Amino acid sequence: MTAVFIILSLVTVASAIAAMTLRNLVHCALSLAVTFAGLAALYLQLNAQFVGFAQILVYVGAVAILIVFAILLTRGSEPPAEAIFSSKWFVGVAVASVVFAVIAAAVLSSRALPSESASMPSASVRQLGDELMTRYILPLEVLGLLLTAALIGAVILALRETANEQSGGAK
Amino acid sequence: MIDQIFVELKHWLMGLAPGQFEPIVSGLLSVAALILVFASLFALTTVLERKGLGRIQNRYGPNRVGPFGLLQPAADGLKTLTKEDIVPYSADGMVHFLAPLVLLVPAFLALAVLPMGRNMTMVELDAGVLFFFAAGAATELSVFMAGWSSRNKYSLLGAMRAIAQMISYEVPLILAAVPAIMTAGSLSTDAVVAAQAGYSGWLPHWYVLTPWGLAGFGLFMIAGAAESNRAPFDLPEGESEIIAGYYTEYSGFKFALFFLGEYIGMFAVSGLAITLFLGGWQAPVPFLQWIPSYLWFFAKLLGLILVFIWVRGTLPRLRMDQLMAFAWKFMLPMALVDLFVAGLWRFIPGGLARWLICLVLVAGSYVLLARGLASNSGVHKRSYRYAE
Repeated sequence: MTAVFIILSLVTVASAIAAMTLRNLVHCALSLAVTFAGLAALYLQLNAQFVGFAQILVYVGAVAILIVFAILLTRGSEPPAEAIFSSKWFVGVAVASVVFAVIAAAVLSSRALPSESASMPSASVRQLGDELMTRYILPLEVLGLLLTAALIGAVILALRETANEQSGGAK
Repeated sequence: MIDQIFVELKHWLMGLAPGQFEPIVSGLLSVAALILVFASLFALTTVLERKGLGRIQNRYGPNRVGPFGLLQPAADGLKTLTKEDIVPYSADGMVHFLAPLVLLVPAFLALAVLPMGRNMTMVELDAGVLFFFAAGAATELSVFMAGWSSRNKYSLLGAMRAIAQMISYEVPLILAAVPAIMTAGSLSTDAVVAAQAGYSGWLPHWYVLTPWGLAGFGLFMIAGAAESNRAPFDLPEGESEIIAGYYTEYSGFKFALFFLGEYIGMFAVSGLAITLFLGGWQAPVPFLQWIPSYLWFFAKLLGLILVFIWVRGTLPRLRMDQLMAFAWKFMLPMALVDLFVAGLWRFIPGGLARWLICLVLVAGSYVLLARGLASNSGVHKRSYRYAE
């Protein structure tokens, strides 16, 4: 537990709490971006450079922007008058404890858990690339196919209608 | 030796500090040098830009303060420092305050991984190029923060334009960098520069002197101009359309910080282009190697800045649909072709045949894509099939 870890985890947890409790949705989205960045810093502290930078690139650079766009395009930017979180807190507590129990059970029964902190594992970008191109080539290809399908779906959604389809389909 | 004078100086200064403070002193020294050098370069660039634009537009440009108007940035700095800092009544104070900082800090962070001379990379990272792009990711968020928190329709419009533009051009920017990384076989900026060392006769082994490197360099610089909101991609701030876009409501020093952040972003993108394609700090011809490496880096940087100024003075601003069509119908396919050609370059044995095949592929796809773009440039009303 170094000072860096304590500061990072405090920032991450505080911004996560802010993302849940703040009244203005845009503020929540921005706090969520801080949470993502804090997580990335934690990865970096664990010597996982690729994962850390990819986390920033994907989550801060793309997901946070997506959330912000979704907020702006779906509702007015005025903050709601009353608090936005549900008053039925016991349901939330129940769901949270069930999720925690499942994850804790999985972690505790896993054999990957090192009994003692052995030598620090290092995953250089080169190793990651080698593994992705040899051992995990099938999952990589499947992911590529999935993303291509999503891309084609997005293009079809935004496709311009031709004249004869317009009479039947458009509102 | 004069080439290593700054490295030696830093080691000497670090030697003066007590042992346990050495990492802190080292970091502080590097950061202070970086901020000093690039802030001065920013001051110099503003003068150069205004004088260059003046020359292009057949007028004088600043020439009142100091010799040849060279002290103009000092006057501008004093002016912005003493101006009243106006925050709109209905603005979101906190976010409005944070936006310029969120722009400026990552821009400076991105500079840290650029090799500015032999042994002069501030942070030697295993994934340096990735770090550069990750630091750039915060820019979009800061532009959104500025536009949204101002509570001004023009600001929000400018921010939306800026984000759409940055997201679209980030794809070709990163894809154009990939061939250089692929050929060098490393994400570390130092390794990419080292891979371009050496000369064949008088010609350096820079990636820009290969067909795929030339195409990649062009794509990278165009996408970089769009990423840093430079003309002709300055739609987000288009004065004649939306006043100044996301920084309409910024005044005084906060505006100056935005201005500084944009220029630092431009320096960073140019610096990465130099690292990836122009051989980093290496001399262009073997007999000029006696000139210190950092001078080469900054000479190349100034050259690219002059190109940016020249382009700004001569090209008109793009329209929104032209901007998007250019990114998705020309830049993206061209970057993918370039990636493929770089792969071919690696596996075809050297010689004239390799040059011919790669050149024909790059030039052919350029011609085809450009003709496709030109034939589809008509403007029509958009209607959607599923999304309405």
